[in-house]
Amino acid sequence: MTLTAETSRPSATAAAGRARRVRLLPRVAPYLQAAPLTVTLLLFLLVPILTIVAVSFWDYDSVRIYPDFVLTNYTELLTSPVTWKTYLNTLKYAALTWAITLGIGFTVAYFLAFHVRSTTWQMVLFLVCTIPFWTSNIIRMISWIPFLGRNGLLNSGLISAGIIDQPLEFLLFSDFSVVLAFVHLYALFMVVPIFNSMMRIDRALIEAARDGGASAAQTLWNVILPLTKPGIAIGSIFVVTLVMGDFITVRLMSGGQSASIGLMIANEISLLQYPAAAANAVVLLAVVLIMVVAMLRVVDIRKEL
Amino acid sequence: MTDTRTPSRSATPSTGVSRRTLLKGTAAVAGAAVGSGAITGFPTIWAQNIKNVTLRQFGTGVSNLNAVADKVKEDLGFTLQMTALDSDAVTQRAVTQPKSYDIADIEYWIGKKVFPAGVMQPMDVKKIKNFDKIVPIFITGKLTPDSAIAQGTAPHTVGFVEGKDSTKFAKAPTDWMTLIPTIYNADTLGIRPDLVGRPISSWKDLLDPAFKGKASLLNIPSIGIMDAAMVCEAMGEVKYGDKGNMTKEEIDKTLKIMTDAKKAGQFRAFWKTFDESVNLMSSGEVIIQSMWSPAVAAVRAKGIQCVYQPLKEGYRAWGGGLGIAKHLSGLELDAAYEYINWYLSGWVGAYLNRQGYYSAVLETAKQHMSPEEWAFWMEGQPAKADILSPEGKVMEKAGAVRDGGSFQERMGRVACWNAVMDEDRYMVRKWNEFIAA
Repeated sequence: MTLTAETSRPSATAAAGRARRVRLLPRVAPYLQAAPLTVTLLLFLLVPILTIVAVSFWDYDSVRIYPDFVLTNYTELLTSPVTWKTYLNTLKYAALTWAITLGIGFTVAYFLAFHVRSTTWQMVLFLVCTIPFWTSNIIRMISWIPFLGRNGLLNSGLISAGIIDQPLEFLLFSDFSVVLAFVHLYALFMVVPIFNSMMRIDRALIEAARDGGASAAQTLWNVILPLTKPGIAIGSIFVVTLVMGDFITVRLMSGGQSASIGLMIANEISLLQYPAAAANAVVLLAVVLIMVVAMLRVVDIRKEL
Repeated sequence: MTDTRTPSRSATPSTGVSRRTLLKGTAAVAGAAVGSGAITGFPTIWAQNIKNVTLRQFGTGVSNLNAVADKVKEDLGFTLQMTALDSDAVTQRAVTQPKSYDIADIEYWIGKKVFPAGVMQPMDVKKIKNFDKIVPIFITGKLTPDSAIAQGTAPHTVGFVEGKDSTKFAKAPTDWMTLIPTIYNADTLGIRPDLVGRPISSWKDLLDPAFKGKASLLNIPSIGIMDAAMVCEAMGEVKYGDKGNMTKEEIDKTLKIMTDAKKAGQFRAFWKTFDESVNLMSSGEVIIQSMWSPAVAAVRAKGIQCVYQPLKEGYRAWGGGLGIAKHLSGLELDAAYEYINWYLSGWVGAYLNRQGYYSAVLETAKQHMSPEEWAFWMEGQPAKADILSPEGKVMEKAGAVRDGGSFQERMGRVACWNAVMDEDRYMVRKWNEFIAA
C-alpha cells in the first residue's frame, strides 16, 4: 500500500520517492510478489496437510474420532503385513507403468521431434496424441472392460480367428489389465515433457555429433538422452505420483481383487476410520516425497532447464 | 524531505486501519448472521402451513425413490428432498453431519452404529397408527410365534430404546422405537442357470472348483463376511456361535478359507456397487455370486437368464427403516410423523412389494395391490397375468413363479441378518487382508 501511494505521488516529490523506493523496493517487492502464492499454498496445501498429520495421532472407534495423541494408528499400519504387501504391490504397478510409459513416451517424442520435419505436422500429430484425453479418465478406463472380457471383443476375435480355443482369462481383472489402463491413462504425461525437452535441443549439436563420426545410436545415447533428462524426470514424477496415489483404476481394472495404497485409504475413510486413513496418507506422502527427491537427485531439473 | 514523507506515512496506516475496521465490521456482520442461524436452528413457526415444510431424507438407494417424493407432495402437501448414498457414506453422514438431514433412511445394522452417537430421536409408538400391524419380525424377532430368531443384528434387537432420551437399546419392545421398518428382503446367491450346468442348492457351491474364476463376492466387509460365513458353515468347515457376532477365531477361520479360495483363483472379481454386480453377471464374467434382488431383475430385463437361487441353509436378510434426526421439533416433527404414518398406510408398501422387496405393514399394502400381484409377489403362486414393475414395464410373463416362493417361505427361512460385530474393527482389518491377498 505504501508503495502504491508513493508511485502515484506527483512528480514534485519524485526525487524523494525514488530515494525511498531504491531502498524499499528491492526488499519488499519480492515478498509482495510471492505473497499470493504463499497465501494460497499455506491455505490450501499446508493447513490441510497439517490437519491430516494432526488427525493421524487421534483415536477412533466405529463411529467417532477423539482428539488425542496416540501412536496406535502408525503402529497398526506399519506392523501389518498387509501394509507392506500393499506398498510392494503399488510400487510394482508404479515401476511397470513407469518403465512402459517411458519407453512409449520417449519413442513417440523422438519421432515427433526428430522425424517429423514440419512444425505444422509436429503440432498436428501432437494434438492427435491428446485426443483420448478429451473424454474422462473413468470412461477411458471402463471402455477396456468390454474389450478385454471373457466374451469381449479381443477374446471372441482371437477365437474366431482360430488363434486360441479358450478365452484368455488373464486379460481382464488382473495385474495385466491394471498396468494396461495405467499406461493408457498416463503415457501422455511422459510424452509431453520429453517432447518439450527434445524440441529445445540445438540441432547443431546433432550435426556436430554426426560430423564427429557418431552413429545414430551413439548420438541418441550420448547427445539426445542426456539433454532429455529433465523432461524424463518431470514425466517420471507425474507418472509415479499419479500411480502411487491412484485407487479407482486399481479397483475397476483388477475387479476389486488387488489392493493399492489409495484403495486402502479409501476403504478406511468409508469405514469412518479417519485417523487410520490420515496416518496412511502421511506415510504415503513421505514415501512419494522420498521418491521425488531421489529422482531430483539424479536429474537436476532447474540446472538443465 | 522528512516533511513530504511524514504525511504519507501517517496516511498509510490510517487507510490501513480504516480498511481493517471495515473488514472487522463485515466479519462481525457475517459472524452474527452465522451465529444467529446456529442459535435458532430451524424456525418453529406454528402458524406456518405444513405445505411450506421441507423434509430432507437421505439413505441408501433402494428406498430413496423419486416416486415416493412425488406422491408425498401430492398426498401430504409438503416437500421431501431425497439423497441416495451407499451404505458406508450413509453411516458416515448420519453420525458426522446430524444437522444435514431430517429423516434418515438407514439399515438396522447402520442404526446400531448411529443411534448410540445420540444424533437421532426415538419415535413414540403411540403416534404410529399402524404400529400394531407391523410385521412381528421387527417387534419380537419372530415371524410366527414359534419361529426361531435369526442370528446377526436382528431388527428387533435395535428397534427400541429404553426411553425418550435414551440411546441404549431395549431388550424388549418399549414405547420408543428407533426406526420404523420400511423395506426388507432375504438375500441369496444369484446364478446364471444357462452357464452353471447343474442345480445349485447350497451356499457352499460358491466355492465349488467347477466355478473356478467365475465366482464373485460383494466387497462390503460387513455384508461380505456374512455371505462368507454362510459358505463356510455350509461346507462344515466352521461352526459359529453367532454369525452376526463372530469371535476373532471365527473371523480368522472364515477368511482363511476365503483367502485360500482367492489364491486358487476361485473369484473373478469382487463387486461394490449394484451396477458392477449386474455387469459381471450379464457379461458372463461371473456365473455365481452374491447378489441383490433388483440386480437379478436388472439382468433378466436384458433378456439374460438369471435366478435368485433359494438355498437350503436359508437366507441372509437385511432391513431398513426411517429414523428422525435429533434436531427435529415442532411442525417439522409433526410432518415427519405424518410422513411415517403415510409410509405405512399402503401406497409405498405396494410400490416396494412390486419391486420384489417387502414392506412393513402387509395388510395396508395388500389393499393397494391387485389380487394377481399379491398372489405372485407374496404368496409365491404362478402369475395369472403379466407382472408389471411400478413403472409399468413387464417384469415377469404370465405363468412365472417368484424365486424362493411366498413371503412366509422366504422370510421364514432367514438364517442371519446383516450385522455389526463387536469385533468390527478386527474383522474389517482381516477383510482388507483378504482383499489384498
